[in-house]
Amino acid sequence: MAAAARRSPLACLEALSLAGTLPLALCGSHSLLGQTFDRMLGFLKNPVVVTAEINLSLVALTVMGLMSRLWGLSYPRAVVFDEVYYGQFVSLYMKRIFFVDDSGPPLGHMLLALGGYLGGFDGNFLWNRIGAEYSMNVPVCSLRFLPALAGALCIPLAYQILVELHFSHCAALGAALLILLENSLITQSRFMLLESILIFFILLAVLSYLKFYNLQRHSSFSGRWCFWLLLTGVACSCAVGVKYMGLFTYMLLLAIAGLHFWHMLGDRTLSNVSLVCHFLARGLALLVIPVAMYLSFFYVHLALLYRSGPHDQIMTSAFQASLEGGLARITQGQPLEVAYGSQITLRNVLGKPMQCWLHSHTNTYPIRYENGRGSSHQQQVTCYPFKDVNNWWIVKDPGMQQLVVSNPPRPVRHGHIVQLVHGITTRYLNTHDVAAPLSPHSQEVSCYIDYNISMPAQNLWRVVKHNILHLKLFISACYLSHCSNSESLLFTFFFQWKILTLKNEDTEHKYSSSALDWITMDTNIAYWLHPTSGAQIHLLGNVCTWASANVAAVVYTCLSLWYLIRRRRKIYDIPEDAWQLWVSAGQICVGGWVVNYLPFFLMEKTLFLYHYLPALTFQILLIPIVLQHLSDHLCRSLLSKSMFSALVVAWFSSVCFAYRTFSPVTYGEPLSVAELKDLRWKDSWNILIRKQGR
Amino acid sequence: MPAAGGGRAGPGPLRQRGTRRLQGTPPASPLSPRPPAGRRAALGLVTLLSFASRFHRLPEPPHVCWDETHFGKMGSYYINRTFFFDVHPPLGKMLIGLAGYLSGYDGTFPFQKPGDRYEQHNYMGMRGFCAFLGSCLVPFAYLTVLELSKSLPAALLTAFILIFDTGCITLSQYILLDPILMFFLMGAVLSMVKCNSCADRPFSASWWLWLSLTGVNLAGAMGVKFVGLFVVLLVGLNTINDLWDLLGNLNLSLVTFGKHFLARVLCLILLPLTLYMAMFAVHFAVLNKSGPGDGFFSSAFQSQLIGNNLHNVSIPEQDGYPLSCHCDPYPGGLCRGEGIYTYLHKDLNNLWIIKKHDSDADSSSPVEFVRHGDIIRLEHKETSRNLHSHQHEAPLTRKHFQVTGYGINGTGDSNDFWRIEVVGRRAGRLIKVLRSKIRLTHVATGCILGSSGKTLPKWGWEQVEVTCTPYVKETPNSLWNFEDHINPKLPNISLDVLKPSFVEILLESHMVMIRGNSGLKPKDNEVTSKPWHWPINYQGLRFSGVNETDYRVYLLGNPVVWWLNLFTIGLYLLIAISTAVALKRGVQLTSEHKGELSRVVLCGGGQVALGWLLHYLPFFMMGRVLYFHHYFPAMLFSSMLTGITWDTLLKFFSQFLSPSTTARRVYEGGIVALILLIVYSFYLFHPLSYGMIGPMASDPSSPMAGLRWMDSWEF
Repeated sequence: MAAAARRSPLACLEALSLAGTLPLALCGSHSLLGQTFDRMLGFLKNPVVVTAEINLSLVALTVMGLMSRLWGLSYPRAVVFDEVYYGQFVSLYMKRIFFVDDSGPPLGHMLLALGGYLGGFDGNFLWNRIGAEYSMNVPVCSLRFLPALAGALCIPLAYQILVELHFSHCAALGAALLILLENSLITQSRFMLLESILIFFILLAVLSYLKFYNLQRHSSFSGRWCFWLLLTGVACSCAVGVKYMGLFTYMLLLAIAGLHFWHMLGDRTLSNVSLVCHFLARGLALLVIPVAMYLSFFYVHLALLYRSGPHDQIMTSAFQASLEGGLARITQGQPLEVAYGSQITLRNVLGKPMQCWLHSHTNTYPIRYENGRGSSHQQQVTCYPFKDVNNWWIVKDPGMQQLVVSNPPRPVRHGHIVQLVHGITTRYLNTHDVAAPLSPHSQEVSCYIDYNISMPAQNLWRVVKHNILHLKLFISACYLSHCSNSESLLFTFFFQWKILTLKNEDTEHKYSSSALDWITMDTNIAYWLHPTSGAQIHLLGNVCTWASANVAAVVYTCLSLWYLIRRRRKIYDIPEDAWQLWVSAGQICVGGWVVNYLPFFLMEKTLFLYHYLPALTFQILLIPIVLQHLSDHLCRSLLSKSMFSALVVAWFSSVCFAYRTFSPVTYGEPLSVAELKDLRWKDSWNILIRKQGR
Repeated sequence: MPAAGGGRAGPGPLRQRGTRRLQGTPPASPLSPRPPAGRRAALGLVTLLSFASRFHRLPEPPHVCWDETHFGKMGSYYINRTFFFDVHPPLGKMLIGLAGYLSGYDGTFPFQKPGDRYEQHNYMGMRGFCAFLGSCLVPFAYLTVLELSKSLPAALLTAFILIFDTGCITLSQYILLDPILMFFLMGAVLSMVKCNSCADRPFSASWWLWLSLTGVNLAGAMGVKFVGLFVVLLVGLNTINDLWDLLGNLNLSLVTFGKHFLARVLCLILLPLTLYMAMFAVHFAVLNKSGPGDGFFSSAFQSQLIGNNLHNVSIPEQDGYPLSCHCDPYPGGLCRGEGIYTYLHKDLNNLWIIKKHDSDADSSSPVEFVRHGDIIRLEHKETSRNLHSHQHEAPLTRKHFQVTGYGINGTGDSNDFWRIEVVGRRAGRLIKVLRSKIRLTHVATGCILGSSGKTLPKWGWEQVEVTCTPYVKETPNSLWNFEDHINPKLPNISLDVLKPSFVEILLESHMVMIRGNSGLKPKDNEVTSKPWHWPINYQGLRFSGVNETDYRVYLLGNPVVWWLNLFTIGLYLLIAISTAVALKRGVQLTSEHKGELSRVVLCGGGQVALGWLLHYLPFFMMGRVLYFHHYFPAMLFSSMLTGITWDTLLKFFSQFLSPSTTARRVYEGGIVALILLIVYSFYLFHPLSYGMIGPMASDPSSPMAGLRWMDSWEF
C-alpha cells in the first residue's frame, strides 16, 4: 500500500472511505499531469495499462475491523449508557429544535444526527432512562452505524501511521491487531457515543501530518503535499468539533509542526522567501482553516435548528427573537426602536443563574430586615423569571408630563436620560443611598412612593446601550429586547456558548473515577444490563493490552533516557537514523498519550474511564514500536531474536485470550452467575451480579 | 532556558566564557567601562534609597492593616506557645514571632480585626523586620541583574523600578508573609546566578557558599508559603540544565561529574529538606499548648497538646462490647462538642454504645472485642435510638441516603446494622482506639457512613450533614476513628503510647495544609481577583481605610512601572524570537554581537522570563481564592526583565550611530530618561503607600485628583 500511496494520495483515502468494498488504487502507468503533445503521442503508442496494487493485509484488517464493530449492531435494542444523553440531541436535531449542549461543540451531535437522518428517524422517542426499550420508529442500526464505522476505520489508520513512522509492516500489523482486539474501543464504538469518532479524527490528523511531513523533503508544494497538509487541519478541526478533548492532539500537532519548522529554519540551503511561504502555508492550513471550520460547525448548527426550544432562555433576547416560535411570536410586528412612551420589558442579559425580567409589584420592602438593617419601605423591584404583566415598563421623558407617544415618535438614544414608569402601579423606578436587601454594599432599587420625608426621588436613568444592567444611579443599561442584528448573531451565539456554564451541582456518579484509576484499569463502567437474562455490557479494556501498553511506555521512557545520556557522552548505541525514528515515534505516541491524559489531573469535572481511550490508543501504538526496536537493536544474536519472536507470539496469544474472555461483556452475551464471578478479575470492578433467589 | 542559546554547552564555550570573563572585566564593551568602585557606590546608593523608602513612615498607620490581623495574631501565638493551624508552612510566622519577641512585644495584643489600634503595644519590631527584608529585595535584584547582564545601567534600571514601585513599598511595610517570602525567593535566585558565574572554578569556597546558600534560601521560601515551590522549580530546571552541560563536557570524567551531581543533591535537596523539617520540628516544639488549631488534626496528635481534653487521659485500648465511644470524622470534621476542654464536661450527645447486631450484651457477660468485619449496632447513649439508614435521599446531598436515629430503647430493625471495617486490615483483627481508621458499611443497602461536609440549615443547628453514600470509594469523609472510649471492664492505657512520630506529624500537618488550601474556594457571587487582572494593575487591595476621613493605604503598583513591565514582556518576546531566528539562520553579525545577544537576551533574559512564567502561569490553574498580592513574586522577575531588555535594546540600537560619543550619549540618555520617568511617576503616586487622608480621588480637591486612571482603582 505504501507503494500505491506514493503514486496517488487519493488511493489511501479511497481505501478508507470505500471500506467494505474492494479498495482499488488505480494508477496510470504514466502521469497525466503536465501532458504535452509529444507525450500524448507517446501515450497513444503505448498500450493503456491499469495496475492495481492492493495491500491485502490492510484490506483484511479493515474487513475484520468492520466485522468486529458492526456485528449485531442493533443489539441490545435498548438505550445504552450515554445514548440517553446524546439521543436527546439527535431527537432535537430531527425536530429542528434549538438547543445548546454545554459539554461540547456540535459536530459530534450533528454526525450522530446524520445517522438518524439517513435512517429516517423522526425524533419521537423519550430519552429518559438507560435500559429503556427502543420503540419501532427508532432506526437503532443507522444511529449506531457512524460511530461503529469510525471505530472500525481506526484500525487501518493505526496501520498506516506505523508505516509512515517508517516501522516495518509487521509492526504496523501488530498495532492494527492490538487496536482490533481492544475490548474497550469495541464497546465504545458500538453505541451512539462520540469517542470513536473523536479517535478516528485524531488518528486521521496524525496520519495526514506524517504523510505531509514525509513528502516535505522531496516534493514541497506538490499537490499531494498540499492535500495532506489541508487534511491535517481539517481533521484537527473535526476532532475539536466533536469534543473539546481533540484540542489536546491539535496542540500536540501544532507543537510538532513548530518544531519541524524550527529545524527547517536551521537549513541554510532554503531561501528566506521559501521559508516564509512554508510558514504561511502551515499557518493557513493549521490555524486559519481549523478556526474557520470550527465556526462553520456552529453556523450549520444554527442553520439546522430554527425552532424555539427549551434552551432559548440562556441566549440573548435578540437571538431568541430569530427562532421560529418562542420569543419571535411575541416580537413579531413590534416596532424596532424604542421611543419615549414605549411600553417595554427589560431582561437581564447575563441570564445567570436564570434569566429574569425587571419586575415590580405593590408589596413594599420590610421596614427592618431580619438582621436589623433598615430599608426604605418602598415598593419592591425584583428580577422575575417568568413573563408577567408586572414586567412592563413605560419609557418617559423626564422633561414632559404626559406618557403618550408623540407623533412622530422620538426614539430613545444612547446616553439619553429617561424615567421608567411601572405600567401597573405607575410608580417611577428609583434608587437611593439605602443598602440593598442582600448586598449591603449596593444601593437599593425601588419604585418610589412619596412618603413625604426628606428623601427626594432619584429616578433619572441614563440609557447605555449594550451593557449589562448596572443598577447605579444614572447608569443603567437596557438591552432592548428587539434590536435583532443578524450579522452579529453567529458571534453572539458563539460567545454565549462559551459563557454558558450550567453549574454541575453533584459531580458524583456511580461510575465516575479518578484519572489515576485509568492506568491500571481499576474501574469499569456498566453500560447496559438485560432486565432478566443477566447479559450485560461493560466498558472494560483488554487487561493484557493495557498492561503491555504501560510496560511499553515505561520501557520507552527508560530506554530514551539511557540513550540520551549515553549520546551526551558521545556513545552511540544505535545508528543515527534508528535514533531519529525512535524519537519521532515517541513524539507522536508518548506525546499523544501525555497530552490526552495528564490534563485530566487538572480538571475538576466528573471523569469517566472513557475519557482515557484517546490516550490509550496512542499508548497501544507504542507497543509494536518498542517491540520492533527491542528485536532490531537489542537482540543481537539470531538465537535471541528467535527467542524474542517466540515470546512476542506467546504474548500476542494472551492478548487474544483476554479479548475472547471479555468479549461476552463487550458484546452483551448472556452469562451465568458463575461465569460473571469468574470475570471479576479485580475487586474494584463493578460487575453486576444478581442476588440469588430474586 | 532555551537550548538554542548554546552559549553554555560543551567544553569549548565553557572555556571561552572563562576567557571572556577574564578579558572582559576591565573593558567588556566600549559602552560600559566602569570600574568596580562605581558599582559598589551604585549598590550603596540603591540600598540606601531602598531602606529609606521602606522605612519612611513605617509606624503609620498605628492600627492593624489588612492581613496583619492573621499574621500578627499568629506571631503572638508563637510568643504564647498556643497551637494554631494555618494553610502556610510555619517559617514566616515564626520569624515574625521571633522579631516581636526580640523587640519586646509580649504577645498580648489580640489582632482581632483590621483597624484595631495598637495603643501601647510594641508592633514596630515586627513591621521593621518585614520592612528590612523587603528592603533587601532591591540590592538582591540589582546584583542579580548585574550578574546576568554584566551591565550597570541595566542593574540600576531594575533597582530604580523596584525602589519606586508603590506596590512593593506597601507590601514591605506591614506584618505580612510576602516580604519574607520574596526575600528568600530573591535570595535563592541571586545565589543561583552567583553560583552559575562561579561555574568556571567548581568546588571553590565561593562556589560551595553560593550553592549552599541557594539551598538555604529554597528551604526558606518553601517554609514561608507553598508558592516557594515555583522558585524550587526554577532552580531545579537551572540545575538540570547545568548538569546536562557538564555531562556533555567530555573533558570531565564521570567521577568528576558524579561529584558535581552529589554536591547538588547535597546542597539543593538534602540541605533544604533538613532545614524544612527542622523548622517544623521547632514549630511543634514551640507550640505545645492547646489552642484554636486542635480540631484540624487527628485525635492522636491532639493528645500531645497541653490543655486539650485528650491530653494525659487514659482510655481502654481495644474496643469491647458494650462500649461507649466518641466518634469524630477523621480528621478535621466538626462534631458537636469540639472545643470543650475538660473531660468531665464533654458533650454527652456524642457518645454511642456499640452492641452486637443480634444480642444485647448484658453487663455481666465477659468482654468481647470488636473485630474487623463484625456487624454491630450503634445505640445513641442519651436517646437510646439506633444509628439507622434507609433508601431515602439525604437532606442536602440528594444522591446519598439519609441517616437517622431509629427505634426505642435500642430495639430497631435490620436497617440498624453496620459492618465495621478497619482500613487496610484483614478480618478478625482487633480495633484500637484513635489509631484504627474505620469505615462503617450499612449492611442492608451497602452504603458507607460519611459526612458530606455540607452545613445543615437552622433546623439542623448548622451542624455538618451525615449521609450514607452508595458510592463505594476511599475518601477521608467516610473514615472515622474512636476518640473517647469508656469501658469499665477494660484496662486503661495512657495516650502517650499513641504518641505519633515526628514524620507522622509532619505528613499529617501537610495533609491538613493542602486540604486547607484547596478549601479556600471563592464563595458564589464573590468578586475575586483574576490572574489576568494582575499584570495590567487592574485593581488593588485596600490595606487600610475606606472613607474620606480614614487614613487610607491602597496596595497598587506604580502604574507607569507596571505598564512598562507589561509592555517589556511583549518587547522581550519579539527580541528573543528575532534573535533566536537570526542566530539559527546564521545572519551575519559581529561575533561580539552574537555573544552579547545569546548570552544576555537568550540566557540571562531567558532565565528571568522563565522565572516570571513559573511564578505567574500556575495561578491560572488554581481553584482557590486569589488576591492581587500573589503577583508580586512574578513582578520581581518582570522588573528584572525590563532592566535587561531595555539595556540591551538601547545598547544595540545606539551602536548604529556613528561617533561613539553620540552612541554613548543616546544610550545613557535613554536609561536616565526611563529612570526619571519612574521617579516622577512615583512622586505622583506615592500617597498610595504613604497614606492618604481627605477626599477621594474623584473629588477635584483631593491630592490624588486626576490620577485615578482606571475606574477599577478604589482610592
